[in-house]
Amino acid sequence: MSNPSFTLSPPVTPAATPAPAAPAAVARPAGGIDLLLVVGLLAVAAAMVRAVWFTPIEAMQGAAQKIFYVHVPSAVVALYLGLPLVAIASGVYLWLKDDRLDRLAESAAEVSLVFMTAVLVTGPIWGKPIWGTWWTWDARLTLTLFLWFVVVGYLVLRGAIDDRAQRARYSAVLGLLAVLLVPFIHLSVYMFRTLHPMPVVLKPSAPSLPPEMTHTLLFAFAAFTLLFVALLRARLRYANERELVALAEEAGQ
Amino acid sequence: MTAPSVLATALLVARKDLLIEFRTRSAFLAAVVFALVAVVIFRFSSDPTAVNPLDLAPGVLWTIFVFSGILGLHRSFGVEQADRAIDALLAAPVPREAIFVGKLLANFAFVACVQLVAIPAVALFYDLPIGGGILAGIFAIAALAAVGLVAVGTLFSAMTVNTRLAELLLPMLALPFFVPVVTPAALATARLLAGRPLAEVGGMLKLLGSFDLVFLVACTLAFPYTLED
Amino acid sequence: MTAPPPALEAVALARRYGPRRAVDGVSFALAPGDCLALFGPNGAGKSTLLKMLGGLLRPTNGEARVAGRAIGGDDGAVRGAVGLISHQSQLYAALTAHENVAFAARRYGVPDPDAAALLALEQLRVAERASTPVRRLSRGLQQRVSIARAIVHAPAVLLCDEPYTGLDTVGADALTATLVALRAAGAALVLVTHQLGEGLALATQVAVLVAGRLAHHAPRAAVDDAAFADAYRALVTA
Repeated sequence: MSNPSFTLSPPVTPAATPAPAAPAAVARPAGGIDLLLVVGLLAVAAAMVRAVWFTPIEAMQGAAQKIFYVHVPSAVVALYLGLPLVAIASGVYLWLKDDRLDRLAESAAEVSLVFMTAVLVTGPIWGKPIWGTWWTWDARLTLTLFLWFVVVGYLVLRGAIDDRAQRARYSAVLGLLAVLLVPFIHLSVYMFRTLHPMPVVLKPSAPSLPPEMTHTLLFAFAAFTLLFVALLRARLRYANERELVALAEEAGQ
Repeated sequence: MTAPSVLATALLVARKDLLIEFRTRSAFLAAVVFALVAVVIFRFSSDPTAVNPLDLAPGVLWTIFVFSGILGLHRSFGVEQADRAIDALLAAPVPREAIFVGKLLANFAFVACVQLVAIPAVALFYDLPIGGGILAGIFAIAALAAVGLVAVGTLFSAMTVNTRLAELLLPMLALPFFVPVVTPAALATARLLAGRPLAEVGGMLKLLGSFDLVFLVACTLAFPYTLED
Repeated sequence: MTAPPPALEAVALARRYGPRRAVDGVSFALAPGDCLALFGPNGAGKSTLLKMLGGLLRPTNGEARVAGRAIGGDDGAVRGAVGLISHQSQLYAALTAHENVAFAARRYGVPDPDAAALLALEQLRVAERASTPVRRLSRGLQQRVSIARAIVHAPAVLLCDEPYTGLDTVGADALTATLVALRAAGAALVLVTHQLGEGLALATQVAVLVAGRLAHHAPRAAVDDAAFADAYRALVTA
């Protein structure tokens, strides 16, 4: 009754299945001090010092105008650098399905959120002395507020999904839909504003800024961009590190 | 034996969803009762001698519109998820987009039925002038607004249904997307109620219409990406 | 001059979840009328394999082919030839047994869906409960309805994930009769189960899946039941 052709053991080598090494896509980050981040922080500090002590006070708005050296660069960095990065990384992810793009999108979203929060906090601080009220439904500030909601939702969604591929796909879809949403929110805000008379607004970006102010603003732009890049890099490192830990845990199961 | 067309599949899915809703009636009743209670509470949250109900009505109408819509949307993919019926749907030789369109049609019917109760309720409790085509105008705006609401909401329902915090996540993700629905709808309603001619709300209707178009297409194309593959 | 393609063919099918290899290079071919009995311990990757065969899950590597055409690709029509009995009932609790099965039939474009649904329910001997909402049926009856749902379009390939679970004698006999009839009509079956007896009864091929790989794969005729049972028990408890 013995059947020589039948043995279960030979091909069964579960232990021999090689535990895959960490994918090359996940580079192990180096330890130590993040020099770029230090430089970025110093640059922003220098820009602030220059703005407060070495730039003339604006004649009409007084000292309150100084907040623009934080507000405007933060807004530009978040809205024109960070969020487009999220959108592009999301779109390309759906195409290439490369995990690195997902981590880039996540990191860019989180760093952008920091700068957007700075915009939303500094806006009303400036608005109170100038407009006489903390919050007006200024078009750009309102748009920033709604995008802030979208980005928070994006990050909460990521936190609520365990499966890596699913999380990446869902957040990429949300990232792309958010791009389509921006012009519509813009139009809605504009439509809303036309029905609600605004307080007389001093044009903050009047073309005739004295050269010292222009230089300080440009310096601040550069410093905030540098800080953004440094934070993004640090956040990406963290994402990579976390990925390594997760992969190690899954492989150990 | 040929597989049904995209439209036939969509209608099949929509019919099935509405049949389930008709059998259980749970979400519909909940949404209608929610809408009615909210209409009343909004009225009782303002000083009747200081606030003109006509000023309050558009905001109330569209806030309730959005929230009662979300109540129904969550259930849309919940019924598929319960015993993984969605797997049987996806295994069938039908395009994924057709399934989405079917869900969308059912959700549109759901939202429309809730509005058929909610809008007259607002008109009644807020003593709205409904003559001269104003009520018809509001229903037309509601129909336009519902398309965009349902397109975005159906997709987000698919995305949030198998996450933790699904019930909280859906409104959190969807509400910012409804800003371009609520704003023009409320502004247009306010103008209609103020007796302004229909031509004056053209821009708002255009905004609603283009939102519908863009997000109908975008969400239908995005749906396959929300499925396991 | 070429032989007709196999009814169902797996070519080096593999699926990874992150670093974990759920299915790792599985190949086999079934001719019409063949039945592959697939055994394996929990977590061996059986359900993942069936999902890939049914076009529900995209393989990381390899391909599943039904009658020579790749499944899971853009060609959705191939999926129409496959039926899948899963762990979950895949039914709508609020709808009746007949509505559930008829809905499935319509999805597959079956000519007379209502009659086909009733026929499938009769085959599984639940026709008398056809108009009962699934929610009110017992677990075993739900399983019968679920099987009726999977076979209502007379699939050329039927994938069964532990289909006997929860069935009483009547249900199990009805299922066996259904599977035999499908085979006679030229369908290829994949039968995943833990019960060696019920798997071996119908099989023309026997395979054991362990850690995502086919640890053993042989024609039924080459398998000695008692020796297989001993070896399998030793493997699972190892």
